Amino acid sequence: MGILSWLYVVPLVGMLVVMCLPKDNKKLIRWTATLISVVPMLQSFWLTWDYFFNYSGSAAMAYMEGPFDWIPSLHIQYVLGVDGISVPLLFLTGLLSTLSLLASFGIENRVKEYFAFFLLLEAGMMGVFVALDFFLFYVFWEIMLVPMYFLIGVWGGPRKEYAAIKFFLYTLFGSIFMLVSILILYFTSNPHSLNMLTLIQSGSTLPYSMQMTCFVFFFIAFAIKVPVWPFHTWLPDAHVEAPTAVSVILAGVLLKMGTYGMLRVSWPMFPEPLRNMSFWIALLGVIAIIYGALVSMAQKDLKKLVAYSSVSHMGFCMLALAAYSSTQAIAGCMFQMVSHGLLTGALFLLVGVLYDRAHTREIAAFGGLGSKLPIYSSIMVFFTMGSLGLPGMSGFISEFMIFVGSFSVVNKVMVGIAVLGVVLGAAYLLRMVQRVFLGEFNLAKWGGLTDINPRELVTVVPLMLLTLWIGIYPKPLNDLMNATLQNLVNLMAR
Amino acid sequence: MLPEFILFAAALMVLTVDLVTRRQSGKMITYLAMAGVAVAAAALPFAGYGEGFGTMFYNDPIAMFFKVIFLGAAFMAIGSSFGVVEKKILNHRGEFYGLIMFSTLGMMFLASSNELLSLYIGLELTTVPLFVLAAFFKDDKLSVEAGIKYLVVGALSSALLLYGISFLYGLSSTTNIVQMKINLAVMQLTHEGNIGVLLILSVVSLLAGIGFKLALPPFHQWAPDVYEGSPTPVAAFLSVGSKAAGLVAFAKIFVNGLFAFWDPVMTPNDWGRLVGILAAAAMIIGNTVAIRQTNIKRMLAYSSIAQAGYIMVGMIAMNDLGLPSMSFYMFTYMFANMGAFAIVTIFEDKTGSCRIASYAGLSKSSPFMAATMTVFLLSLAGIPPLAGFLAKYYVFAAAIKAAGASPDYTWLYWLVGIALLTSVFALYYYAGVIKAMYFSKEDSPYQFGLASPIVIVLFICLIGVILFGLYPEPVMRLAESISSSWGFAAR
Repeated sequence: MGILSWLYVVPLVGMLVVMCLPKDNKKLIRWTATLISVVPMLQSFWLTWDYFFNYSGSAAMAYMEGPFDWIPSLHIQYVLGVDGISVPLLFLTGLLSTLSLLASFGIENRVKEYFAFFLLLEAGMMGVFVALDFFLFYVFWEIMLVPMYFLIGVWGGPRKEYAAIKFFLYTLFGSIFMLVSILILYFTSNPHSLNMLTLIQSGSTLPYSMQMTCFVFFFIAFAIKVPVWPFHTWLPDAHVEAPTAVSVILAGVLLKMGTYGMLRVSWPMFPEPLRNMSFWIALLGVIAIIYGALVSMAQKDLKKLVAYSSVSHMGFCMLALAAYSSTQAIAGCMFQMVSHGLLTGALFLLVGVLYDRAHTREIAAFGGLGSKLPIYSSIMVFFTMGSLGLPGMSGFISEFMIFVGSFSVVNKVMVGIAVLGVVLGAAYLLRMVQRVFLGEFNLAKWGGLTDINPRELVTVVPLMLLTLWIGIYPKPLNDLMNATLQNLVNLMAR
Repeated sequence: MLPEFILFAAALMVLTVDLVTRRQSGKMITYLAMAGVAVAAAALPFAGYGEGFGTMFYNDPIAMFFKVIFLGAAFMAIGSSFGVVEKKILNHRGEFYGLIMFSTLGMMFLASSNELLSLYIGLELTTVPLFVLAAFFKDDKLSVEAGIKYLVVGALSSALLLYGISFLYGLSSTTNIVQMKINLAVMQLTHEGNIGVLLILSVVSLLAGIGFKLALPPFHQWAPDVYEGSPTPVAAFLSVGSKAAGLVAFAKIFVNGLFAFWDPVMTPNDWGRLVGILAAAAMIIGNTVAIRQTNIKRMLAYSSIAQAGYIMVGMIAMNDLGLPSMSFYMFTYMFANMGAFAIVTIFEDKTGSCRIASYAGLSKSSPFMAATMTVFLLSLAGIPPLAGFLAKYYVFAAAIKAAGASPDYTWLYWLVGIALLTSVFALYYYAGVIKAMYFSKEDSPYQFGLASPIVIVLFICLIGVILFGLYPEPVMRLAESISSSWGFAAR
């Protein structure tokens, strides 16, 4: 077994280990789960390091495992591999999983099950980013839904049951479209294959109408995950009801699976439908940017605000994906994925920190927190600035690359409107900062609030450093992905 | 025919031992019945393929495959009946197990029949004991109602089946299925496709007859009532064993005997699209009505109606993947469904309740039961990597392959579409049970000791559901041999 298998096997074994621990020793369970998740995190770090120095020069898959026959009757194989688009996301997954587990120490209710499900979730996420066989990909894609359903449904907020089943059904609904397309692709390939690489290389032999159907089906499946407007309605519910750490994973990793799926599967596989649909994809992206920003502006709940800002930020990714023929735009999309994972992950963590103390997330309830919680407030403001695209931080780099890259390719009016989205982003985020951290401090109500504690600090500081690093010196990340993206763009624009 | 003889002898033994010991046989008789079924299953590999009783008995891969399912279902039904028997059927243990075994025997003969009459006799031997089993709680109104209902419906469906068979005999002047296939094709050619209403009549009445057994809409109304009223292990056996028997009968008559008349080219004599409509109706009705159920046995009944619909999708694909996918689906369904019913049995034995709401908080008081139930339900819903998902994938693969083969068959795309969409509904009601078990704040007032042999059944089902999701190759190989033995070449 190579390193890629271990990436998901370790959390799986960890889940079994956690399940065997005594139920009442909460401390032991928490630390075991967290330490187990450190292993895949370090693996993903090492993978990024090694990939950067040894493999990033070529677009070929690295660390390939297989193809081994898994279910020969249906030509299902076990193939794993990574390239420049999966390595950064694996890095993100490894990092955010450990940080979220660390942030989950406040969970007091049914601790054992919580940490076991969380490790299962991590295994599923890792699997999605390394699988190169469609069946395997689908299996991991679906495995994640189950722990997510439980994590939201058991440990969530007041409307948890509704949010959990909505998330589950919505995503499953998307997945069935993917399943049909996978089967159609399988039976039209010759020889029958489910290997993504072979299918992409050979290009589809389907008639155009079937290609279009498959493209749209894949798009629906991935768009629900992203989520692209108008498929976003599960997101605010799931985010608001989910416990903090689960929101982090949801925003930081799960949403990226949608865009990852597009880049990995449907974009390079169906270049012709892509060409004809790119206008509509850009349009959906721009609508998401503006709509998400406007709705954020109207939110009274801090977490909901961050949730809708995700819709807006992922809209930038869609705009970039519509400009598939520009390497710069696609690189911008990857940057945005990583940057959004870091920034929004951190914002959710911080909202959770505040919620743990104040037991409310209502923006109007706060004011002047900056004087009472100086460290917390400055960190929060830092991430807010990153999120609204302040130069020097990762958000700016990615948005800039997307605009530059897509300007010459996509309809210029649309890019112009998308730029407006940045202004709107600044508007709702600054308004939030003003109302929560500045102004009059309500001493009677919030006098007892304590500042961020060291454990919580550990969960956000790495994200701060990475945000700054990408913002100031983005070249390493760009170099890491460049060869892969060049190759991808060639495939997509063929 | 070795396994059949063993099972027959064991059934007689179970009956007599109970009598000889003056109804004092205790748990021993249950173990005896389980052992009988297990030995019969162990003898399966030694039975060999080929003919017996003239041409009346014919052992081929499909018979073999389904005998595994029949015996498995019987074993697990008997294994999960300890509690029920201890409580309610103390004085009729022998009959209870004997009837289950005779019914299984009927299924095995049915699977090995190569001829319409022996098929019919096998089907009768299957269902007649089930009438009695459904009504086994003599003092329970619901159970008696279930028995009567099942008897009336069963008798009607048998009559319809026999009626259809008589038409087929009239058309082809043979009861041998293979010969019938040839004669009908010749008939079709010599009359230039104009066999007339006779074939339509026979197809419709055969379909109605088997449709009742499979609980395919519009012949499904009896299923929820019968499942609700019968002893739970019997309901489990009904939903797996008797369904599998119906499938074999369908495969023998339609897929093999009326092979030529599946194609839409044969309009109006074709049956493919007709069955497609029934399958679609089964999936839609089963999966939507199940949402509203508050009794878990009724919910599982509607779920099994829907599952029959999925199985029929594979059945009517009529290519090299069709029969294997259908058989594989049935095989995995056995584990998931018997497992779910076993949990329901444990729960009912202890609490006397079948309401979904009373499962609230089960995950806290008995985490193992809740977790296994979750696995079974997720497998039924088709969530990977469990066996139920692979089965669905296989069935859809068969249908999509057929749909892509010719423009005449594009309706199969729509059927797969309906199947997939309704599977989202299905998740909703399966998740409803999970929700009750896990999301509820209060603790369950019930404590379950898992000491009885039913745990063995749970473990078998659990291992089956997980193992055959991850490593299905041996079973798939066996299933594939069904296809080649009936002349569906791999293309």
